Amino acid sequence: MSDPQPAESAKAETAATPPSPPPKAEPTKTHLVADFDAGSPLISCRCDPSGRFVFAGGQNSAIVRFSLADGLRTDLLGHQSWVRGLAFDPSGETLYSGDYAGRLLLWPAADESPKPRQTIEAHDGWVRGVAVSPDGTLLATCGNDRLVKLWSTAEMKPVRELSGHESHVYNVAFHPDGKSLVSADLKGVLRHWDVASGNEVRQLDAGKLHKYDGGFRADIGGIRGMNFRADGHRLAASGITNVSNAFAGVGNPAVVLFDWKTGKEIRILLSKAGHRGTAWSVDFHPDGFLVGLSSGGGAFLLFWKEDQPKEFHQFKLSQNARDADLHPDALRIAVAHYDGHLRLYEMREKPPDAKPEAKKETAG
Amino acid sequence: MRCRYACGSPEHMIARRTFLGVLGAGVGMAAGGSGPFLRPAMARQLEQSGRRMLTIYMAGGLSQLESWDPKPGTDTGGPFRSIATSVPGVRISELLPYTARQLHRLALVRSINTKENDHGKGRYIMETGRRQEPSIDYPQLGAVAAKFLAPEDDPLPGYIHITPGGNGFSKQDAAFLGPKYGAVTLGNGKPPSNSVRPEKLSETEEVNRQHLREQISQRFNLRRRTAQTEAYTYSYEQARQLMLQRSVFDVSNEPPKDLERYGTHDFGRHCLLARRLLEKGIACVKVTHSNYDTHHENFNFHIEQLSEFDRTFATLIEDLAERGLLDTTLVTVISEFGRTPRINHQFGRDHWGKAWSSVIGGCGIHGGAVIGKTNDNGTEVVDREVSGGHLFHTYLKAVGLNSKDEYTVNGRPVPMADPEAEPIEELLS
Repeated sequence: MSDPQPAESAKAETAATPPSPPPKAEPTKTHLVADFDAGSPLISCRCDPSGRFVFAGGQNSAIVRFSLADGLRTDLLGHQSWVRGLAFDPSGETLYSGDYAGRLLLWPAADESPKPRQTIEAHDGWVRGVAVSPDGTLLATCGNDRLVKLWSTAEMKPVRELSGHESHVYNVAFHPDGKSLVSADLKGVLRHWDVASGNEVRQLDAGKLHKYDGGFRADIGGIRGMNFRADGHRLAASGITNVSNAFAGVGNPAVVLFDWKTGKEIRILLSKAGHRGTAWSVDFHPDGFLVGLSSGGGAFLLFWKEDQPKEFHQFKLSQNARDADLHPDALRIAVAHYDGHLRLYEMREKPPDAKPEAKKETAG
Repeated sequence: MRCRYACGSPEHMIARRTFLGVLGAGVGMAAGGSGPFLRPAMARQLEQSGRRMLTIYMAGGLSQLESWDPKPGTDTGGPFRSIATSVPGVRISELLPYTARQLHRLALVRSINTKENDHGKGRYIMETGRRQEPSIDYPQLGAVAAKFLAPEDDPLPGYIHITPGGNGFSKQDAAFLGPKYGAVTLGNGKPPSNSVRPEKLSETEEVNRQHLREQISQRFNLRRRTAQTEAYTYSYEQARQLMLQRSVFDVSNEPPKDLERYGTHDFGRHCLLARRLLEKGIACVKVTHSNYDTHHENFNFHIEQLSEFDRTFATLIEDLAERGLLDTTLVTVISEFGRTPRINHQFGRDHWGKAWSSVIGGCGIHGGAVIGKTNDNGTEVVDREVSGGHLFHTYLKAVGLNSKDEYTVNGRPVPMADPEAEPIEELLS
């Protein structure tokens, strides 16, 4: 960690945060509260269920773990390629990480110096998405072999292989009821699977997040972020839309919001300013709004209400970023930045005596 | 108004190799000098050698780090691993597993520094071996091949470009060699446009029209023959011959199993057509694979593009070898430049002419050779730096031309290749 001061700030605030009742998030008050140096451009991040740690995957193929209490950085070494897929069992004891070499690694997430507990050759080609079922008994992985795989977490044995996608599978998510699974691919095809039988139930259309660029003769898009609302009635898928130049990344970050019961799109969520880039992540906040990370031509945290197509607030980030995750306290957002820093932003009034972290971040 | 040859000399006027055989074969475009045009015996020998060229043009700028010069585990290496090849100790990107098995038939040049990051200028360097100059335009390699390797009496064009897009004819590719050596473009692999006799025109009517046109042209040429009228006449004859041999361009005549082997995508079809054209003796076939200009999502796009390229290209190389054509076919895989070692915030790589790679093979090139080296993370050439000029010299020498020979243009000598560069002798048998 190169900058202990914000970490100290994080430590103090984490320690002081009362477990109940949680303070209400105020997106319009979002500000930087911690800045950790990961040493390599970051591509992914996830907060563990306990909220003690944030894990981030870097371009150096390492996973870095930051303790939010004291800012301590621990490197998890074992992958031979980039890690985009990160997930935890409900207890937070085990971290599952999938890399672009097709491997799945299991880690004792909270150990002082985690070493891989198990390595599995999970997919032929990139592992892009990893998700754990709500009860923790199943793990779902997906990747460039166009497959979705279910594994029993008890034995880490393959349970089922779900085939049908016709392009790389970018993301996977369990429904909160644990009975359904959704996988999403490059072409914006979302497949709803029955977990028990492995049968495909239906398809949902997020084709707006894909384009075949005839000029460059290549596909662009894919579902970069995907999450269910806690009650399971809504599903959000994020990516890029309105692409006019695939190879320059000229398009708009977007989230397609689905009604889970009907499988129909409710609306597409965009930015007021027509930002350029991709929506790399999307989360439902328990207070009833969505938060997404947009990065490309500048980076922003975008806050949407479900019934409005444009954000009600945006927070400009000083550096481009590739992933974000809502902390379990529902107040903080971890962001994996391109400049190799993992930053934590808080949706609360900045304390009057707070140090000018945002300024520090810009300097970094 | 009378059109004039570039130099206006009567020697030039009678020296032009003509498609119709109206004039004597194998004499040069200019008198004086030591131009290769003055060596008809050599020209004939080259024509008879059956040597030809195949260029795969990776449009937009293939990433050397995702192909020929991977740097896994470094800050610039990206997510892909390297894999072993058929050449012990030589590794290439895991995105090229089929090509890896053919590497003993190919050579890698890993030390190109063209000092050019502009698409147009980079392409010019790689196709002509020179930087652009305001005073003169240089012919592309394909046009040079058409000029010197195509049989004198071959009715088919000497330089064919298969590319996505529309049909056409690129006379500018040939520069001072003359428009007839320019590339005939088969857009999307389709036969040349308007190469079928209109249904309303009977064969007899067509023949009569042709005779009438020839008579008028001959009478006109007796007093007012110019380069333009000659090219005009040539284009008619070429069009007629193209119509007669249209089936040459029809890839559907190839066995269905080959269509499957090459891949059912456009690039597969185009490379199978390239094989067909090379077998028919076309002097230079260029196939463009598009596109690699990956400022955004470099890695996803290279997966997509190279998965098309790899199997198809490897199949083509294997076929050329098995059919005995690789010994006489110079194969090159080029781009206008490589891509930056630095990975940008959009997972892209940008233009990079400073340290990148290409492939050359066949026609006496030492298979399995690796020329040059970049540093650990690919940001600099550290051994055997070469330019587009070195490569151009090497191409010419590989097919039997003296790359240090000269053209004579407007009365002044013009070296065939950049006089500041040399052939890469280590590559040549």
